[in-house]
Amino acid sequence: MPKLTINGTEVEVPPGYTILQACNQAGIEVPHFCFHQRLAIAGNCRMCLVEQEKAPKPVASCAMPVADGMVVHTNSPLAQKARKGVMEFLLINHPLDCPICDQGGECDLQDEAMAYGKDRGRYQEAKRAVRAKDFGPLVKATMTRCIHCTRCIRFAADVAGVPDLGGTGRGENMEVGTYVEKALTSELSGNMIDLCPVGALTSKPYAFEARAWELRKTESIDVVDAVGTNIRLDARGQAVLRILPRVNEDVNEEWLSDKGRFVVDGLLKRRLDRPYIRRNGKLVEASWPEALTIAAERLGKASADRIAAIAGDLCDVESMLALKEVMTSLGSTNLDCRQDGAKTPAAVRSSYIFNSAIAGIDKADVVLLIGTNPRQEAPVINARLRKRYLKGGFKAGQIGPFFDSTFPVTALGEGPAVLQALVEGNHAWLDVLKSAQNPMIIMGSGAVARADGLAILDLACRLADAVGAVREDWNGFNVLQRAASRVGGLDIGFVPGPGGRDLDGILDGASKGEVEVVYLLGADEFDVSRLGNAFVIYQGHHGDAGAGRADIVLPGAAYTEKNGTYVNTEGRVQLGRLAVYPPGEAKEDWRVLRALSEHLGRALPYDSLPQLRQHMLSLFPLFAQVDDVVATAWQDFGVQGPVSGADFAYPIDTYYMTDPISRASPTMAECAVSLAPNPLSKTGTHG
Amino acid sequence: MSGDNGGNPVEQPASFEFTPENIARARALIAKYPEGRQASAVLPLLYLAQEQHENWVPRAAMDYIGAMLDMAPIRVYEVATFYTMFNLRPVGPYFLQVCTTTPCWLRGSDAVLDACRSKLGIDIDERTADGRFTIVEVECLGACVNAPVLRVNDDNYEDLDGPRTLALLDALARGEKPPRGPTIERQNAAPVGGPTTLTTLRFDGGGDAA
Repeated sequence: MPKLTINGTEVEVPPGYTILQACNQAGIEVPHFCFHQRLAIAGNCRMCLVEQEKAPKPVASCAMPVADGMVVHTNSPLAQKARKGVMEFLLINHPLDCPICDQGGECDLQDEAMAYGKDRGRYQEAKRAVRAKDFGPLVKATMTRCIHCTRCIRFAADVAGVPDLGGTGRGENMEVGTYVEKALTSELSGNMIDLCPVGALTSKPYAFEARAWELRKTESIDVVDAVGTNIRLDARGQAVLRILPRVNEDVNEEWLSDKGRFVVDGLLKRRLDRPYIRRNGKLVEASWPEALTIAAERLGKASADRIAAIAGDLCDVESMLALKEVMTSLGSTNLDCRQDGAKTPAAVRSSYIFNSAIAGIDKADVVLLIGTNPRQEAPVINARLRKRYLKGGFKAGQIGPFFDSTFPVTALGEGPAVLQALVEGNHAWLDVLKSAQNPMIIMGSGAVARADGLAILDLACRLADAVGAVREDWNGFNVLQRAASRVGGLDIGFVPGPGGRDLDGILDGASKGEVEVVYLLGADEFDVSRLGNAFVIYQGHHGDAGAGRADIVLPGAAYTEKNGTYVNTEGRVQLGRLAVYPPGEAKEDWRVLRALSEHLGRALPYDSLPQLRQHMLSLFPLFAQVDDVVATAWQDFGVQGPVSGADFAYPIDTYYMTDPISRASPTMAECAVSLAPNPLSKTGTHG
Repeated sequence: MSGDNGGNPVEQPASFEFTPENIARARALIAKYPEGRQASAVLPLLYLAQEQHENWVPRAAMDYIGAMLDMAPIRVYEVATFYTMFNLRPVGPYFLQVCTTTPCWLRGSDAVLDACRSKLGIDIDERTADGRFTIVEVECLGACVNAPVLRVNDDNYEDLDGPRTLALLDALARGEKPPRGPTIERQNAAPVGGPTTLTTLRFDGGGDAA
């Protein structure tokens, strides 16, 4: 390990480190713009210049590998003078428009200019200006502010895998852009806003909304997909104004999907802020006691086998548990949290989680995607797969219809027949999987959500065993869920009990009149017309399909408005936190259910969230391991049976509209129109 | 000449393809580079496209080359816009490149440029109304010995002054092609007025050979 001296202190770092990394390890800050630890090194901003003894001139520390015996000074007069020179050049063309720039207050250039900028410029000539560019509905480009660090270019090409950005022209005429006018088509484009060290790329929907220092920050968890991306909710007053990613190396590194970031304006639209009761075919406003009384009456009156509950994709575990216990107290086992009709067995945990964990992707060398388009179902996990591909020595195969992958995949076929052939040993790719050191199988949630789902699970399970994907030190069988509530719901057994009806059973029963009352907890993603004449109680936060069909609407809280537990696709338990209070008369969901249980005369045994969590822990100890992945034992699952010839279908039609919040968001509506591969015609929610 | 064109879009052809002959040349160029490094051929291929397409590279050609070399189109745009030798908008069949770098400037490139301007009635980076001439200002053309230099398409006209530039432009306008090279009495880059060195060198022991 090379030893070098930085500012008089001896530091020992691993070989291959750059001076900048060594400085970071030693706790010495070196200013920089173009360097970013998750991007390729460019070395073009020159802000990180340091003095290295015996070097003829200052060196760019971000690009200079360490060598034994190096002596580096990061704050010597030479280094200071070099940086001041660089800063003066950067400010020649950078507009001094901080008062009207959205980056103001969280701008790297502004911060460094405080340290290295002069109080006045010596440059008398006209500043350069760049013609306005349109990068689509999410990223606002003010390229006159660009300092050409090329972070966005490297991000688009390497991480997002959509090489649309580049630096065209030369010298003073160099511009960062797409050259031909087009919108950024990545599902991760919002991360460029975070990466941009100046105000060249800012958030379009958030433009001129707030200043960084006015915002109240709350650490929480994203729910628009099942990745469990760690996020920060920035709120002012009673509105969350923006969502930013937090660093979590094991989950999202520091990326956030565009849906998770820009769904924020949907939180203020089409909200259910008071209870409603359907009278003469129309939903009319009601008070809580009225609504709860009627709901309790209908639930209590019907016999236990004629009531049912369905939990949606955005629910926290606490509210699902409360609903399950309300239903259990009434004697009903007609429960389902799999509103896409997935056949996943709740009894075997390893059959529905991403067993290798997301970080396990870094170790895999062969990946087989079964009926999943990770780019749409989990953009952040897709970025991890691409990162693995860029490292080299990686092969990916795919069973399912073609999609525009950001890493090369070998198409093996579109239906379960290929899977069968693999299991039976008559497919060339079996050898590829078998010869892999750490083979990985990623099953899409859509592959299980079909009539032969259990048979497909059985095939996948046998394939995993056959190719050695499951060993003591490695479990490469992964299910890529896309509903944030799914793993948590399965963990607490929000599935039909003995003799209970599953989703199909409930909907069939409802349309035939065998199920009288259906309780929907934020469930909107199924065909509500199949609810027939059943009495529908909808508890949720957005006026979507479920609320439109409901006979009683009980307003609940969106994920930003409650403290809740979520389990991501890996089975990682994470806590979402309240950033603002629910609007109007809406309440946290578990409280609504607690109040309902009171009206039913079967009060739940908890009066506060800590009590509820205590109760939850006593039933399901795995929820105690917050932020960790709990080791899960491997068992056989699935049921051997015939599979249909039907091709796999991906569950997401329009990436930007998959849940009640994103469907309410004007920004997402605009994206769906202008960015989706098959643009939708403009809808009523547009604009 | 960048494709920016002052914010006005350039009328672009819908498609571009190499002629069969140029495809063969392109293959030969690509084959010069190691496997997997075919992107290195982007410069000669762009040049080939410019040669084939009336001395300018349309966007369709950049996309075509990108596809041919398995590069993202933006990577080709980056290269094409970086090198000023690629014309990204239509130019006249007489493409006049006036060198104004120091040696040419010291030897009177201003007069050459003024002659072009006054004769053609256009300024730098402009094209005459009849579409035949385009003037651009370039950096060193590598013929400093014969400064000042004006390059017309692929031919250098050297040792120019104002009147001789006007005469050259007249000849070009008539459709003639004057011989390239020095426009004064001079053999290529040899000294003006005959040899000035080695004139007294003798190998027979006599004279004042140094």
